[in-house]
Amino acid sequence: MTLLFYLAGAIAIIATFAVIVQTNIVHALLYLILSLLAVAVIFYVLGAPFAAVLEAIVYAGAILVLFLFVIMMLNLGQHTRDQEKGWLTGRVFLAPGVMSALLLGQLLNVLSQVDQDMAVTRVGVMEVSALLFGPYVLAVELASILLLAGLVSAYHLAKR
Amino acid sequence: MALEVGSGLTIGLILGTVIVVAAMLIWVERRLLSFWQERLGPNRVGPFGLLQVVADMIKIFTKEDWVPPFADRVSFVIAPAIIMTVILLSFAVIPFAPSIGVIDSNIGVLFILAMASLGAYSVMLGGLSSDNKYALLGSLRAAAQMVSYEVFMGISLLGVVALSGSFNLRTIVEAQEGMWFVVPQFVGFVIFLIAGVAESHRLPFDIPEAEQEICAGYHTEYSGMKFGMFFVGEYLGLVLVSSLITVLFFGGWMGPGFLPPIVWFALKSGVFIAFFILLRAAIPRPRYDQLMSYGWLFLLPLSLINLLVTGAVILSN
Amino acid sequence: MQKAWIEKMYSLIKDTLLSQVVTLWGVFKKLFVEADTVEYPDQQPYMFPRWRGRIILSRDPDGEERCVACNLCAVACPVDCIALQKGEMEDGRWYPEFFRINFSRCIMCGFCEEACPTNAIQLTPDFEMAEYVRQDMVWEKEDLLISGCGKYHDYNFYRVAGKQISGKDKGEALNEAKPVNVRSLMP
Repeated sequence: MTLLFYLAGAIAIIATFAVIVQTNIVHALLYLILSLLAVAVIFYVLGAPFAAVLEAIVYAGAILVLFLFVIMMLNLGQHTRDQEKGWLTGRVFLAPGVMSALLLGQLLNVLSQVDQDMAVTRVGVMEVSALLFGPYVLAVELASILLLAGLVSAYHLAKR
Repeated sequence: MALEVGSGLTIGLILGTVIVVAAMLIWVERRLLSFWQERLGPNRVGPFGLLQVVADMIKIFTKEDWVPPFADRVSFVIAPAIIMTVILLSFAVIPFAPSIGVIDSNIGVLFILAMASLGAYSVMLGGLSSDNKYALLGSLRAAAQMVSYEVFMGISLLGVVALSGSFNLRTIVEAQEGMWFVVPQFVGFVIFLIAGVAESHRLPFDIPEAEQEICAGYHTEYSGMKFGMFFVGEYLGLVLVSSLITVLFFGGWMGPGFLPPIVWFALKSGVFIAFFILLRAAIPRPRYDQLMSYGWLFLLPLSLINLLVTGAVILSN
Repeated sequence: MQKAWIEKMYSLIKDTLLSQVVTLWGVFKKLFVEADTVEYPDQQPYMFPRWRGRIILSRDPDGEERCVACNLCAVACPVDCIALQKGEMEDGRWYPEFFRINFSRCIMCGFCEEACPTNAIQLTPDFEMAEYVRQDMVWEKEDLLISGCGKYHDYNFYRVAGKQISGKDKGEALNEAKPVNVRSLMP
């Protein structure tokens, strides 16, 4: 399991990096899907199968399909790839790199204070649902109302 | 090695059987279609034409496997592999019989939904990487269709999940000891059936590959074994949807004791496979916008009402 | 408004659900209907006598060639697949010296049969005439000429036509009046 965790983590990091530097947008999206799936595997290993599957269904399965859908309609070719290459100079990475390094330092600082061998507790569907419809029911309902509003407005826009 | 859940022998047998059944379906479908159209169908190669599959396979394997020079090579090659992989992975959670199955997962239903949603990438990448107008149109249609019908598929399943109280397919089958879920969840069954046809984009919902309007849709540029993988992948999807309907609504392996459980499972799935072929023989393809508005304006409210009523009934008991 | 909604729902159920079920059942019933297929090489289909297939040249009941080399069939042919050359026998009969049909061009339209004034050229119900070599599709007179009368058993052109040949003078044909002597004053 530990090996699986590190493997998935490495894949997630490499794939996410590739998303940034890849100039072909379809390939970048494929890397993003790969990264999300790797994160799903990490969730699974850490004992959250429900979150893992939802990651695969919602992020990899629905949202990125819509991304790909939009890209299909845009008719991108070689010229956008060249444009992308022109933007990806070393200087561009400077500011984000510094900020990310700061964040990484913070993260390492936090992690060093956490108890090293955390016991993996498996959180199944039942536990998640009990929490969602117990203490967090208000948030869930608010989110569902937001989604409903989105649905209605999408229907309204599509009708015209 | 014994025949138990997760043993190597079982996994190998399931993999082999599923692929062979999917390949044989090419012949079964042609034969059944021709019976329904007052023809005879392929009956020349071997007894009843059974070896037609072998002939088809030889043809597909020896054909030139061509990648168009204008295609995006990487995506073009991995697209057919994705559909085979995700559908074969989906079979991992299907409980074929009490002792036959690959894994006994607590998130079986969700896993299948996840794999089904990943299957959309195969079709989309296939069309997008082909760099062809017809292929692009086909994959646009496929993307919208699959993403939409996944929603109703998931919601129609939730009634079954609520009744059995588990996402585990094995528990769902065992919960149908007294009564098959098709009785309390008839609406859910119908919605799942329709969504299943749309998910595996078979006729009448084969809009992504409608031959008459957009060549062959997303696999216009494919040939040889890559096309074969799309082709067999479609039949694998058919087998998967049929066995899912059996598991979720028709009691899986349950049946009178004079036949072994796996035979009951195969019989029930076979009936649904035949039904899907009958759908293909009988019902014409709807228009694309009709499919979409039918899904969002009719199936979505219906499945939500079904879920609501199911929840109310469970709570009142 | 309420009534309209009910009618709409009713028609929705009738159109989307019931009609599909009826269609499915109708197609399913075909499973028990015998197939219309004729398994051709094993099982010969019945060919109708008027079928327009392989072209033949027939003979009259006396065993002579019917063809008088009038070229009407060659003219009528829309794809120009018929070629022939007129010859004349000592008794005055006309006949084709060669008669050639290029079956790789022939479209089996039957115009030649309709054009033929002597019922010589006829289309038969035979259609199995595939060849491996294209040249073999060109049929000569000896391939085309049969020894029978074809579809018309008692028609003999020279017996009914006014054409003079040795052994049959003017006016001796069937139903033919004696030739009028234009120099005579007698009625």
